[in-house]
Amino acid sequence: MTTVTGDRLEDVWATRPGLVGWLGAVNHKQVGQRFIATAFVFFLVGGVQSLFMRYQLGSPESTFLDPETYNQLFTMHGTTMMFLFAVPIGEAFGIYFVPLMLGARDMPFPRLNAFGYWAYLFGGIFLYSSFLAGSVPDSGWYAYPPLSGPEYSPRSNLDFWLLGVTFVEVSGVIAAFEIVVLILRFRAPGMAISRMPLFVWSLLVTATMILVAFPPLIMGTVLLELDRKVGTGFYDPAVGGDPMLWQHIFWWFGHPEVYIILLPAIGIVSAILPVFTRTRIVGYTFIAAATVAIGILSFGVWVHHMFTTGINLLGLTFFTAGSLLITIPGGVQIFAFIATLWRGRPVFKPPLLHVIGFLVVFVFGGLSGVMVASVPFDWQAHDTYFVVAHFHYVLIGGVLFPVLAGLTYWLPKMTGRLLDDRLGTVAFWLLFAGFNLTFLPQHVVGLLGMPRRVYTYPSGIGWDVYNLLSTVGAFVVAAGMAVFVADVVRSRWRGAPAGDDPWGGNTLEWATTSPPEPFNFRVIPIATTRDPLWDERPLDLAGGPAWRRELAHPVVSRREMVSTSVLDAAPHEVLTLPIHSLWPLGLAAALGVFLIGVMVDRTSIGLVGLAGLAVCVIGWLWSRQDEP
Amino acid sequence: MRAGRPRRSGMRTWVPVVLGGLLLGACETAALGGDTGELPMNALDPAGPIARLQDNLWNVVFPIAVFVFVLVQGLILFAVFRFRDRGDGTPPRQVAGNTRLEVLWTIIPALILAGIAVPTVRTIFELADPPAEDALIVEVVGKQYWWEFTYRTEQDPADDVVTANELHIPTGREVYIELNGRDPESGVDVIHSFWIPRLAGKADYVPGHTRTMRIAADEPGTYPGQCAEFCGLSHANMKMVVVAHDPAEFDEWFAHQAEPADAEVDGQIAEGAEIVGQQCVGCHAVDGLETSAGVQIAPNLTHFALRERFAGYILDTTADNLHAWITDPQDLKPGAQMPAFGESLTSEQIDAVVAYLQTLE
Repeated sequence: MTTVTGDRLEDVWATRPGLVGWLGAVNHKQVGQRFIATAFVFFLVGGVQSLFMRYQLGSPESTFLDPETYNQLFTMHGTTMMFLFAVPIGEAFGIYFVPLMLGARDMPFPRLNAFGYWAYLFGGIFLYSSFLAGSVPDSGWYAYPPLSGPEYSPRSNLDFWLLGVTFVEVSGVIAAFEIVVLILRFRAPGMAISRMPLFVWSLLVTATMILVAFPPLIMGTVLLELDRKVGTGFYDPAVGGDPMLWQHIFWWFGHPEVYIILLPAIGIVSAILPVFTRTRIVGYTFIAAATVAIGILSFGVWVHHMFTTGINLLGLTFFTAGSLLITIPGGVQIFAFIATLWRGRPVFKPPLLHVIGFLVVFVFGGLSGVMVASVPFDWQAHDTYFVVAHFHYVLIGGVLFPVLAGLTYWLPKMTGRLLDDRLGTVAFWLLFAGFNLTFLPQHVVGLLGMPRRVYTYPSGIGWDVYNLLSTVGAFVVAAGMAVFVADVVRSRWRGAPAGDDPWGGNTLEWATTSPPEPFNFRVIPIATTRDPLWDERPLDLAGGPAWRRELAHPVVSRREMVSTSVLDAAPHEVLTLPIHSLWPLGLAAALGVFLIGVMVDRTSIGLVGLAGLAVCVIGWLWSRQDEP
Repeated sequence: MRAGRPRRSGMRTWVPVVLGGLLLGACETAALGGDTGELPMNALDPAGPIARLQDNLWNVVFPIAVFVFVLVQGLILFAVFRFRDRGDGTPPRQVAGNTRLEVLWTIIPALILAGIAVPTVRTIFELADPPAEDALIVEVVGKQYWWEFTYRTEQDPADDVVTANELHIPTGREVYIELNGRDPESGVDVIHSFWIPRLAGKADYVPGHTRTMRIAADEPGTYPGQCAEFCGLSHANMKMVVVAHDPAEFDEWFAHQAEPADAEVDGQIAEGAEIVGQQCVGCHAVDGLETSAGVQIAPNLTHFALRERFAGYILDTTADNLHAWITDPQDLKPGAQMPAFGESLTSEQIDAVVAYLQTLE
């Protein structure tokens, strides 16, 4: 440790200097910040891909893109948005803000957390290296065999997809695992489960869902990779396999996935609404219960992605009912949000604007969702632009607007600088108008018969004007995003200082400095209500039991955190957390080398990767974790 | 909270209202603009009983959705503007909930959804009825990137009628589509989806499975459709058309299709026939050519000249298009499975092939 301030708490939590310190950082805020930044970059990349596609479809029989490039772009757009943006950004907010909201000092397994980030980053790079190899995945983000199988995709493009996605999924499972442990065992003393912020509830349910939904997909992708590399034929009907098996596995993951990315966004909205309406959220218990209900019901709707594949009557009716049923808890949440607006005094700042954008757009997407849940109508709408429009209303309305709301709300906490309200407002209106201009016409053109995933269409069958509107809208959205990014960049240098609590927040993250100290809270806060900062201002930061003083002024150089009981959050024991480590980076790199070996069919490279894995696991476990 | 200066709300009120209106207007246009000349694939303009059942459901669900949309968006806008912070610093009354309201807004959506579920399930069952006694059964196979239609005859497989991309049906009679993915003679490749929007919703063609659906048309006419499940490079070019005839006219068509074309074979046409008989019959069947072994890898050419379009129904059946196609199919339809003959045949030979193909009526 080079900088010694004389304060043991600061010294033990400080990041090591230099590149090695940066690479070996394990604190949840550094990892969370990297997650958020990386996910946002992938989001922008995926967005640019959509501009290329929209430009191609702006006019009939356009030759701007050839079909091969178009297929690659829509595959990578979907893959990027779902696997590299939507899931990671939700977990990223969780990794950064849940510990702060809970009054915790770090994630329970900081090294694993760092490994999760590196696995995500390397997985993303692995996927995108397919552009360098000139073999970009092109079978859609859902990669249905036989098209994605060895016979119809003989080149390496699908190997990039399968291995890259698996890599990223591993990261998702790890983060989920940690978030569950964090929420159940590391809440501020007194924060009984009935007092957790709703954002934390949503992350708890999301993470649990990931643990149930992702491992089967990892299994599924491994089987498909085996089909491709070893010729096993799990999905090949010619040798007794079945392409429907893949569809069931994929959508078992794929529909909960929609709620996996939606629930954190609902949580963000639940966090922002009370602060910007200056009232407590209406229906806390109903919202929390609805979140749990969505988590459970979301595993009973996957077949609605497969209504046209020849599902029997019982299946059709069951999954129609499931798909209709899940809108009830969704509606409960929306009505609770509206009631909160109604009871409160809404203040029109960018975070709230984005929240209102979410409400308006998401309700629309929910209604078109009810339509496609109705099987006979879905047989018309399925795989048309009506569905494209529907799920962009759900995903952009349900995820992007809340994420932007969350960024404008929490960025001042992360950087200590405020964003500009005027730029934020301009960005919001450009996004909102551009979004509706892009996707509203797609409902119509879908009903007029335009299927998805077509690189071209003929003129004269009524599709031209809607496509043109859509393309113009996409570029308006791009302008809105540019303003948003400019605002974020500007705030870095010219943003007004935020202070600890620029919004008058209700939850614990606003009780610490902006940006927070590496240890978050010198004195561990004690929470006795759902809105601790509104009910006990200033927080009681003195007194309390002896362990509280010892944690504030440690006698040993260790990173310490208190664990609490699952339901009542009674203090349980003081734990020591691991510090700086390069092993997570090494482990992720070794895993990457192994996957490259599989990818290029080189046993030697694969063995090097496996050896690296063994070395890193041993090194990780062997190394002293708790002392500087 | 730093008190924000209250802003004028005018601009914000109309944006969503206009957007909502735009949607309604657009859907209305789509629903009413049923001129087949302009919107030949309008799913909301049913041309037969099956599509009408599906459209009826839309007619129930859409007004409900519009009603809920207006109600909920109205609530949002009202709450946002009526109760917005006016900078006067009065904190709102702090209320954490109202159980009666919360129960109410759980039950009402449930009732609305039940109202949607009942007609939905009824329609699901109606559509699942077994085929009518007199239904015409057609076997459909989707291939990269075209459609093959086989009309089985009871007597002799040699009498089966096989066409490509054009599905001819009689009006007023149910047509039972069997999407045969269980290893038909012609082989299976990837997943496709059969969709004629004005006649019925879609059903997937899945390798290893047989899926069925029904279509029917009230009036004679041409009803276009296209593959709806992404199937590779030329997914966008995998189109088809249903041609509905009066029953008598259909019987005539069918009888004609069951026989080979009676072409006059001499001169250039004879040369073309000879080339086809040598070079093409490895993949194409041409009933009437001695060397044709009835192979069904590629489209059956027996009555090729009667088809309006070819190559996944994207090219008009003209001599120029045919010449260009035979020379280099991939140039016109990326990923087409047919090899290019521009190198192995001279331009004159291709002309001869085209001349022969154009006699196959």
